[in-house]
Amino acid sequence: MLRIEGVHTFYGAIEALKGVDLHVEEGEIVAMIGANGAGKSTLLMTICGVTPARRGQIVFDSNDITAERTDNIVRRGIACSPEGRRIFPRMSVLENLRMGALTSDPARYDDNLATVFELFPRLKEREGQRGGTLSGGEQQMLAIGRALMSEPTLLLLDEPSLGLAPLVVKQIFEAIHRINSQRRMTVLLVEQNAHHALRLAHRGYVMVTGQITMTGTGRELLENPEVKAAYLEGGHA
Amino acid sequence: MAYLLQQMINGLTLGSIYGLIAIGYTMVYGIIGMINFAHGEIYMIAAFVAVIAFTALSNAPLVVAILLVLLFTMLITAAYGWTIERVAYRPLRGSFRLAPLISAIGMSIFLQNYVQLVQGARNKPVPPMVQGGFTIMDDGGFTVQLSYLQIMIVVTTVVLMVCFTQFINTTSLGRQQRACEQDKTMAALLGVNVDRTVSMTFVMGAALAAVAGVMVTLYYGVVDFYLGFLAGLKAFTAAVLGGIGSLPGAMLGGLLIGLIEAVWAGYFSSEWKDVAAFSILVLVLIFRPQGLLGRPEVEKV
Repeated sequence: MLRIEGVHTFYGAIEALKGVDLHVEEGEIVAMIGANGAGKSTLLMTICGVTPARRGQIVFDSNDITAERTDNIVRRGIACSPEGRRIFPRMSVLENLRMGALTSDPARYDDNLATVFELFPRLKEREGQRGGTLSGGEQQMLAIGRALMSEPTLLLLDEPSLGLAPLVVKQIFEAIHRINSQRRMTVLLVEQNAHHALRLAHRGYVMVTGQITMTGTGRELLENPEVKAAYLEGGHA
Repeated sequence: MAYLLQQMINGLTLGSIYGLIAIGYTMVYGIIGMINFAHGEIYMIAAFVAVIAFTALSNAPLVVAILLVLLFTMLITAAYGWTIERVAYRPLRGSFRLAPLISAIGMSIFLQNYVQLVQGARNKPVPPMVQGGFTIMDDGGFTVQLSYLQIMIVVTTVVLMVCFTQFINTTSLGRQQRACEQDKTMAALLGVNVDRTVSMTFVMGAALAAVAGVMVTLYYGVVDFYLGFLAGLKAFTAAVLGGIGSLPGAMLGGLLIGLIEAVWAGYFSSEWKDVAAFSILVLVLIFRPQGLLGRPEVEKV
């Protein structure tokens, strides 16, 4: 479904991605783990065309989207809950969700809204509240809900657990699991919380300073001694 | 008392015109964080287009003529607004912050000179069209007049502002504009065509300035190529006073600047009325830089 080959991305003179190859197949949850600054978020922004790749190729549903403009990429069925969540702070929860529905069929709006509220009942309670006044966990739910409103075929999630209480993290990961298993949605998940991410994912990649260093099924990576030493024994679990 | 009332009526009329122009400043600032210094010129061009169109329609019934002129002027200035964004702003997006500012000032000078060359440097008059009004107070020889034209200007402004606020708050395009104003990257990630939305903002601001241009043509009956400079600066002052980036702020700021100017001109000296308006700008920038209804820079996200 998504195939990335030899992608290099630069911020000015700094090379953030140094030849990344990866693929995501339909129906999978794929986790990308790695330390802060490894280039995980850059990868998602490169897929979305926000920081376009300077070299390499990104193919989505057999279309080359490497040089496409962000809004056109999104219209092909990719949705993103980005780093920092980027909720519109001066819009209500409902307006944020409406913005998410911009590219989907208006006739399906009510159904999609019901699905999001069913997944995150908290958002329904907060419907009229301004995005900027939500708690971190609520903002994360809203960011994922907003992404789901566009009925994407591929969902990109950037650090959905960042800065959240363990109980909220659990809720969020359960929600991702349900989205994938019940709605057959493909998910590419970027996480520092390797334990949760790899348990949830079918497959995983490890990124170190802009390069993929390891790949395997979620279970393989969880049990890999190097991964254990580097990402799992810092008290995350 | 009667004299003050008269000045306030005049001030509200003038303030409505400033308010309409100020919206264009505030919206463009909201979405790209730049002051569009060519915006005053849009208003001036609207006034010229109105003179030409009124002359062409001099035999038509007055109401029809005004409506047609409004529509025509809005279309023309919308095209100017769109072009200004394309020529002076878009190529410079992403370059250093002062670059678009300088190019907008260049655009402003260009438009002034272009109109001067094409239309001549002399004033262009139009005959008074909307005449008459009410005498609402007679106080020992001083009569307070409220003309039909003043009523028309204020009512048109209020109606337009209400419709416009509704448009921004409830339509999809309005939501997309607010989304771009708050976070352009995220807006693009949700499928908003950011370039097109920015263009639309220039177009809408220009269309409102066009209404102001038509109104001022009717009100003063004379236009010149330099008209946009001072009015543009005052509308900019109004936008800053109300809180740049805030729509209700622009309307409030416009009305206040109009009132201050008229009352100052009535009681002190009309030669110094511009000083009054711009002193406000200085005072606001020193003591309340976010303006009356603006939000402070810092916010919790």
